[in-house]
Amino acid sequence: MPADFVPLLLMLVLATGLALTLLLAARWLGPRRANPVKVSTYESGMDPIGTARQRYSVKFYLVAMIFIIFDVEVVFLYPWAVSFQEFLAAGSGVGVLVVVTIFILVLAVGLLYDIKKGGLEFD
Amino acid sequence: MDLAGAYEGILFDVAGGFTLLLLMTAGVVCIVWDIFSNDDPVLPVLAAMTCVVAAGWEVRGLDAGSSTAFYDLIRAYGLTSYINITLLISALVSIVLSVPYLNRIRRGYGEVYALILFATAGAVMLASANSLVTVFVGLETMSIALYILVGLVRQGGGGIESALKYFLLGAFSTGFFLYGIALLYGATGTMILPDLAAGFEARGSMMLLFWAGVALFLVGFLFKVSAVPFHMWTPDVYQGAPTPLTGYMSTASKAAAFAALILVLYYGLGDLAATKWQTALAVVALVTMVGGNIFALVQNNVKRMLAYSSVAHAGYVLVALVAGTGEGYAGAAYYLLIYSFMNLGAFGVMALLEWDQKEGSEQTIDSLSGVGLRKPILGVVMTVFMFSLIGFPPFGGFFGKIAVFAPAIEAGFTWLVIVGVLASALSGYYYLRVLYVFWMRPQSWSAPQVQAHKFPVPSLSAAVLVACAVVLTVIGFVPVVRDLPMVYFDVAFTGGTP
Amino acid sequence: MEIALSWYLTLAAVLFAIGVAGVLLRSNLIIILMSVELMLNAVNVTLVAFSQSMGDVSGQILVFFVMSVAAAEAAIGLAIVIAIFRNKLSVDINDFNLFKW
Repeated sequence: MPADFVPLLLMLVLATGLALTLLLAARWLGPRRANPVKVSTYESGMDPIGTARQRYSVKFYLVAMIFIIFDVEVVFLYPWAVSFQEFLAAGSGVGVLVVVTIFILVLAVGLLYDIKKGGLEFD
Repeated sequence: MDLAGAYEGILFDVAGGFTLLLLMTAGVVCIVWDIFSNDDPVLPVLAAMTCVVAAGWEVRGLDAGSSTAFYDLIRAYGLTSYINITLLISALVSIVLSVPYLNRIRRGYGEVYALILFATAGAVMLASANSLVTVFVGLETMSIALYILVGLVRQGGGGIESALKYFLLGAFSTGFFLYGIALLYGATGTMILPDLAAGFEARGSMMLLFWAGVALFLVGFLFKVSAVPFHMWTPDVYQGAPTPLTGYMSTASKAAAFAALILVLYYGLGDLAATKWQTALAVVALVTMVGGNIFALVQNNVKRMLAYSSVAHAGYVLVALVAGTGEGYAGAAYYLLIYSFMNLGAFGVMALLEWDQKEGSEQTIDSLSGVGLRKPILGVVMTVFMFSLIGFPPFGGFFGKIAVFAPAIEAGFTWLVIVGVLASALSGYYYLRVLYVFWMRPQSWSAPQVQAHKFPVPSLSAAVLVACAVVLTVIGFVPVVRDLPMVYFDVAFTGGTP
Repeated sequence: MEIALSWYLTLAAVLFAIGVAGVLLRSNLIIILMSVELMLNAVNVTLVAFSQSMGDVSGQILVFFVMSVAAAEAAIGLAIVIAIFRNKLSVDINDFNLFKW
């Protein structure tokens, strides 16, 4: 079975080898004469103002937190949606719909809490 | 499937998981209530009533034979009811004690009651697990609610730093725990606890996978009950967390984790090469009892001292589990009930004593001098709790210790019990030291103590603490409570399932 | 062409070990959080591999729960990190030493 992967391995070796060769060739062959203008961030154009390593506002973390929660809940809805037809065919469509409605309602309570506590106000 | 049959099945499931559903629903109601009317005084009443109703339901279920609900995912009635009552009492006492504590801090903490309900729901799910899936979901529901509770009430940096430590170590141990579940699943091909042994036999030749899974799985539990190699978080978290919630953590989360451990050992592993996990657990029990008591000796902060003492008590319960017999499991369940009363009481008294806005993290032994003389009620109940924690004869702790140590002797672990008795003799030193400063030290020790005359003891909290003390005094003489868990395991020995 | 179960298990074990090493060796809280997530996802790979090889669906059901629990844990973790950053202006784990035994 591992024999099946030999072409893949060959491909990996070739790709890495080619990339390395090109990079090293450029390093060996190309002339390198640095001067202040050449090493600046924008070689042509405006001078950079300040550093690019700025801190993000902590509010982005809040948005990320809320996003994670409501994003992952969709994970439960996908299998439900995929198999809903089968439940319908088996005659238990109503029960399954009720269950998922309760699930959504619980999520809605979370969203309500979030809005009331000002979690979605971005300033 | 015809509809009538389906609804009958649903009704049976709902009855079986009633406590779980009630706690979850009440938690959601509390959250919604809190956002419309922040910190409404009705909230704790609602939460406490929920616990009372659920406990009443579980008392009803005590006599019913144990059965499973929701497609074998959870276990209901019988032993589960017994443990659930312990958890609900713990939640009820914590809610009542939290009210004056949080009001003194004076900020809108209505969420605390909802979170206690959610944590209790997780604990109930964990304690009634019949499947590895339920064990995981219950454990995590409980833990996540507790992470928030530890960090929510912030005075200074203590609480949030405790929450950070608890969260990081908790999440780390969850990883190992989950890996254990995955390996167990691979070795047995099933998630249902009672099918584990049969699945293991059927799959065959999965020795390494299976025992690696069991070991990782146990690590997760031992972390939650703070057994010694995995206890590092306990003192830091207990010290920084708000004191009534520390009482909750040290009782409910520990009782739930032990209950799930009993279910896994009894139903899941059973007689499957019992000597292997018995020896491992015996070693852990030994170092937990010795380590917890020795570390507690050198503490100067009362909450840290109680934290290490709760580590030691986890060791005593482990001794009962090591025995691996029905008596052992029953003794552990009984000890958890007793332990809940005494630890809730001890932390409850400490919560009431934070009179000068001091954080519990600064509550040293010296700051307690003369409290017993000024506040005789607190002094007397604290005396009962301390003597009970030592295991002094007329109090509940003594009968609890008999219940956990006797089965281990019968199972041939006499050496372990001797160490346990010696360790609890050692514990007398630090418990009695608290009583010494309570009663014997002069009253006016330093300036902050002078203000102590003014601090009021809320009557409801005092009533709850007195109730705990009374229960501890009489519980040993009520044989029903002690023999009740035994019945469930006896039934199993005679052929049926508990 | 089928890949043997043991390859998946090895991959998962390696990922898990990387996660453990990350938690133990790094001192930035955010990176520790990411390492914990890596541990959980390594377990997910294990579960799905076992589930697929045995033709049993319960392992995959657990994966759904693990994913949502991991999301909740990440949210709590971020919340704690924000709270502690406001308090101490640092996310380095070596700066938190209020409690000593």
